[in-house]
Amino acid sequence: MTNPTPQARRPADVYFFATCVVDQFFPDAGMDAITLLERQGIRVHFPEDQTCCGQPAYSSGFEEEARRVAAQQLTLFPNDWPVVVPSGSCAGMMKHHYPTLFAADPARKALAEKLSARVYELTQFLVEVLDFKPQDCGSPCTVVLHTSCSARREMGVHLTGHKLLGELAQVTVARQEHEAECCGFGGTFSIKQPEISGAMVEDKVKALKATGAERVVSADCGCLMNILGHAAWRDKQEGRAPSLPGEHIASFLLRRSGGEQ
Amino acid sequence: MSEHTLHFKPAEGFRARSKAVVDSPFLRQSFRGAMDFLMSKRAAQFPDPEELESLRSLGEAIRQYNLAKLPDLLLQLESRLTVNGIKVHWAETPDEANAIILGIVEGHGATRMVKGKSMVSEEIELNHAAEAAGIEALESDMGEYIVQLANEKPSHIIMPAIHKTKEEIARLFHEKVPGVDYTDNVDALIQIGRNVLRRKFLEAEIGLSGVNFAVAETGTLCLVENEGNGRMCTTAPAIHIAITGIEKIVEKLEHVPPLLSLLTRSATGQNISTYFNMISSPRKPGEKDGPEEVHLVLLDNGRSQAYADEQLRKTLQCIRCGACMNHCPVYTRIGGHAYGTTYPGPIGKIISPHMLGLDATAGLTTASSLCGACGEVCPVKIPIPELLIRLRNEAFSAPQAKPAMRGQGAGHSPLISAIWRGWALVYRSPALYRAASWLGSRFGWLLPAHQGAWTSVREPLRPAPQRLRDRLKERNKA
Repeated sequence: MTNPTPQARRPADVYFFATCVVDQFFPDAGMDAITLLERQGIRVHFPEDQTCCGQPAYSSGFEEEARRVAAQQLTLFPNDWPVVVPSGSCAGMMKHHYPTLFAADPARKALAEKLSARVYELTQFLVEVLDFKPQDCGSPCTVVLHTSCSARREMGVHLTGHKLLGELAQVTVARQEHEAECCGFGGTFSIKQPEISGAMVEDKVKALKATGAERVVSADCGCLMNILGHAAWRDKQEGRAPSLPGEHIASFLLRRSGGEQ
Repeated sequence: MSEHTLHFKPAEGFRARSKAVVDSPFLRQSFRGAMDFLMSKRAAQFPDPEELESLRSLGEAIRQYNLAKLPDLLLQLESRLTVNGIKVHWAETPDEANAIILGIVEGHGATRMVKGKSMVSEEIELNHAAEAAGIEALESDMGEYIVQLANEKPSHIIMPAIHKTKEEIARLFHEKVPGVDYTDNVDALIQIGRNVLRRKFLEAEIGLSGVNFAVAETGTLCLVENEGNGRMCTTAPAIHIAITGIEKIVEKLEHVPPLLSLLTRSATGQNISTYFNMISSPRKPGEKDGPEEVHLVLLDNGRSQAYADEQLRKTLQCIRCGACMNHCPVYTRIGGHAYGTTYPGPIGKIISPHMLGLDATAGLTTASSLCGACGEVCPVKIPIPELLIRLRNEAFSAPQAKPAMRGQGAGHSPLISAIWRGWALVYRSPALYRAASWLGSRFGWLLPAHQGAWTSVREPLRPAPQRLRDRLKERNKA
């Protein structure tokens, strides 16, 4: 599935496709990702008309509905700038599924292919295009990284998060058991098969906590919604103070490398 | 087909069966341990990712090449086998396959059959049919033997008794095998099984086996196994009956070694299996052993439906290694029985709808987070997540006049479809999305604390009080 986007030269402008989850549930992650990019001297453009990549409907088996929503995003990126997405799963949808989604519609297919070629997951963009090496200004801490299945298997960018964290001199990155295993989110899977999804997220949270890390970071807010939601629920059930804080890797990187300034 | 198969819909009760396993810490631990073991065995076989990738591409190419020529290859296989003296039978349904097999058995006045491991014989529920006809059908693969003693079905296509602990097997042998004392010594247990089976190999008139690869150009049936029971089944009894799905054909002998290597390394992490049998004819004049008659039953059972569709055809690339289940986080949580289908796990979810109809299996298509671990390890690169999405489309769309699949539209719900149409209406319109997400940010705190299945193990979801777009606007004004 891996089909790396050809390495672009350092661009002056990029589009930011925030994803509906970041826009509505994790605005901090979006702000921090944008700031991080801007601090690299890049102008970040946020097309106001963006909504959602269409993946929820696509993966649930409602292809026509996914197509209608995806068609709306196709026209938002007229210039030939990279499109940076702070989520491996939404980036994967746009990069790998848009071209097939519009296979029967030549005009849209051409747009989808042009878009597909310049879609980047955020950590991939930071590493592969910007060669970003964050300078650590924080005190020593241990974190654990969760990489989404789409980032890992669809986008093939499971190493970029580790690479970025590895640049931080004072940060120890703990390795969890079964690191490559799904957290159990899977969009509507989490509500259609709540027993299995619940068991998966329970195991994931246990593995993350067993590392002793102070926090979990991830480049996918869908996974974070699931992982942090379960960790907080478990803490409440057991009458405990919050035991597994977490955030988008963009927020962590920004703070460690000097904050907003 | 037995009554059981006709009326049992695996998707019904799937959640209850999964929950029963998920709620048992013992079973959770036991499946996790077994799958971890199998994953590490496979990983050790493929230390070089580049070699693995090129082997998988080769495996995929071989399977696709042969599937493209399948109709011709089936005829070529039939004529080669006939020349070699092997009788070929065609069965469209499990009922027909059982009738053919039992017809051969009864035609010889036989009453005893020993079976090598065959998932296709599980698929047609041959043991039930044989029992109903008064024929003893004894499983001789150790795992299958255990499952049969326990009156259960296999929970894994390669390791049928993977759900059982050695203590459970010890109790089972003590209770079911006459004159056996309780022992949980694994070697002793294997010896007990061997002693029972050795006698049966000598007594049985019929040996039944599956087929891993059927070679069209030579008329050869290839059988992969580890215990030697497959060789016994195919040589000791006077009659050998092999059964296979129509997709297991390769044109050339040279197609076998790469597939065999991928199969054993992916399945059990073995470089090669202990036994590899190539059966090309019955006993020839002057030969001292081997069966006097060899039959091959070629079963369709929904495979030609998958074959007819370019995308669904990829389902038939499968060489039944089971790596997809070993690496599946869902299978690891619930084991094989919860699925209720002969073939569990990811491959089961994509092939069972063709065998049983989507009306019986639509709900199983949702039992995947689409994490992609199955597709990543598949030795013949079946795009399992992509096929699951396709099956969801087939299951949940409104019934069509000319469906690609039996049971298409069985999972259709006008309400759910309307919800998705409404969702698309909002998300395709920037204005409606802006309005809806603004309302969410303002009034999200009004959302209930109980949000259905989501909050069964998670805190409720609440939109942030300010959307990213609002924050950006504010910042850019400042």
